[in-house]
Amino acid sequence: MNRIDRKFRELNGEKALITFITAGDPDLDTTKRLVLEMEKSGADLIELGVPFSDPIAEGPTIQKASVRALRGGVTLVKIFSLVRELRQVSDIPLLLMMYINTIYRFGTRRFFDLCVETGIDGVIIPDLPFEEKDEVDGFAKAADVRLISLVAPTSHQRIAAIASSAEGFLYCVSSLGVTGTRSEFKTNFDEFFGEIKKSVKIPCCVGFGISNPEQARKMSSYCDGAIVGSGIVKIVEKYGKDCVAPVGEFVKSLKDGMR
Amino acid sequence: MSKIGRFGEFGGQYVPETVMNAVNELNEAYNKYKDDPEFNAELNRLYRDYANRPSMLYYAGKMTDDLGGAKIYLKREDLNHTGAHKINNVLGQILLAKKMGKTRIIAETGAGQHGVATATAAALFGMECNVYMGRTDMERQALNVYRMNLLGATVTGVDSGTATLKDAINEAMRDWTTNIENTYYLIGSVMGPHPYPEMVRNFQKCISEETRRQMMEIEGRLPDAVVACVGGGSNAMGAFYDFIREPGVRLIGAEAAGDGVDTPRHAATMARGSMGIFHGMKSIFLQNDEGQIDEVYSISAGLDYPGIGPEHAYLASTGRAEYVDITDEEAVRAFEYLSKTEGIIPAIESAHAVAAAMKLAPTMDKNQSIVICLSGRGDKDVFQVARYRGVDLSE
Repeated sequence: MNRIDRKFRELNGEKALITFITAGDPDLDTTKRLVLEMEKSGADLIELGVPFSDPIAEGPTIQKASVRALRGGVTLVKIFSLVRELRQVSDIPLLLMMYINTIYRFGTRRFFDLCVETGIDGVIIPDLPFEEKDEVDGFAKAADVRLISLVAPTSHQRIAAIASSAEGFLYCVSSLGVTGTRSEFKTNFDEFFGEIKKSVKIPCCVGFGISNPEQARKMSSYCDGAIVGSGIVKIVEKYGKDCVAPVGEFVKSLKDGMR
Repeated sequence: MSKIGRFGEFGGQYVPETVMNAVNELNEAYNKYKDDPEFNAELNRLYRDYANRPSMLYYAGKMTDDLGGAKIYLKREDLNHTGAHKINNVLGQILLAKKMGKTRIIAETGAGQHGVATATAAALFGMECNVYMGRTDMERQALNVYRMNLLGATVTGVDSGTATLKDAINEAMRDWTTNIENTYYLIGSVMGPHPYPEMVRNFQKCISEETRRQMMEIEGRLPDAVVACVGGGSNAMGAFYDFIREPGVRLIGAEAAGDGVDTPRHAATMARGSMGIFHGMKSIFLQNDEGQIDEVYSISAGLDYPGIGPEHAYLASTGRAEYVDITDEEAVRAFEYLSKTEGIIPAIESAHAVAAAMKLAPTMDKNQSIVICLSGRGDKDVFQVARYRGVDLSE
């Protein structure tokens, strides 16, 4: 069984905490230690960002993380090697968050073969909307890797089509704009999640802009879990290779906030 | 799933979900108005009375005599209001934005010509306008930055990446994602997600439609070749489009080879690029084996882009259009040559097309003809060319 599906079954209603870090920021060894520390501190699923030269869906925090990782010489092959190592010691669901060009250029078949071989459970591709998903969908299904679908507050009448064919979990984008912390949300969440719940058959998790335990608690109350990225990446930016302990504490506070 | 907005395998709509509805709305609005007589009457009135269309087709007699081959005609897009072909597309899109009820316009710009055209139209239509421009480009095109401010637009400098056109597009896309409800993203070239490549080409195709009529009047026959510079490729698509169905007309795009295609410093997408998916489209891009987009270089800020519009990628794949490389040195020489020979200072972008035609003309017969799309005027580039020649014009 796919680890994402199994995890949500095990959680059995408990709110899921999904954490994001950019792979190779500041280096792959730190990424490995971060994954294990976040798992220990209460993260239920982990997204590894594959750095891209032009991440159009990201705000400044993750853009800078991508630059740091690329300067350090991170490649997709090295990230797969890291996943292979992690799988010796951890069974936490791992997802890659990446741009479509990286997969396309790598070779879609080869990419999903390596997902299976190393133990990647899902992929999130922010610049691959529903209309273009057959670019990878067949390969993903054959590999039993979950292609995570996104819905946004602007999705409106698209929600039904996207949600009903989504798998793994549905990534609900909290608000307009790029990734990054926000002090307030303008979205009408009752309406947004009301619309989503009419057609979704899988867990829904909310992300974009969630950066503290209070926001994580509040936002996950509308759905099945919360996704936190930039808030963690900021700690990595601040502490560099010494970020593991402070990230662990932060992740623990997020999970405690959601209980 | 139906594949809309494709040119062969190129094109598509690879954008974040947040903007997908806006892209669909735009597509619906465009399809509603593109054949609407009232919309087209209004646009044609703006073309004629505001933008100075049709643009002249000028027989460059001295250049023709000097090169000793095919007759050379210049399609004078440089005489349009704001000094380039960019205004054709901008007027079409801003009219559409108004029909859609949008109140804020954003745009990216490289050389600043599209930014100036957008700021101009936004002033005319009374809309708020924010132009994204790479910091490097702001420095080499300071005059255009001032011009945009004069027209009431805000110019936001972009420091990320290479601080050039591609990064300005990234930032404009991020703005669009954030302000989707009231904001219209006025893309300046035949690129981005569907419907932009098709729509921008259709707003530029007046170039080739006029050229056809003008050539028939003057020469009584179609040209043997049409030459245009290619960055994203909007003036070239406009100059080519009505001739695609005429197999006797060679279509030649001139890419920016910077220091040369065998050096790391160039922007020659067709010569050195590979298939990829970026900025909303499947097309040809300059990228490394990992799919990271290359840093590109050209003396011309308007051609300094690591990709090309999907319809060009398609025309190249079928062999219908040819793409040649022109170095900085060749472009600067053509810039100087046209200035001295015909008294016309071309944009450094357009000088790439002039350079390509200078190579081609002597290989052709005297009864043949070449149309060069002179996409813009070169006043903005005088400073840059002087610097290239080692002349310091700063006070």
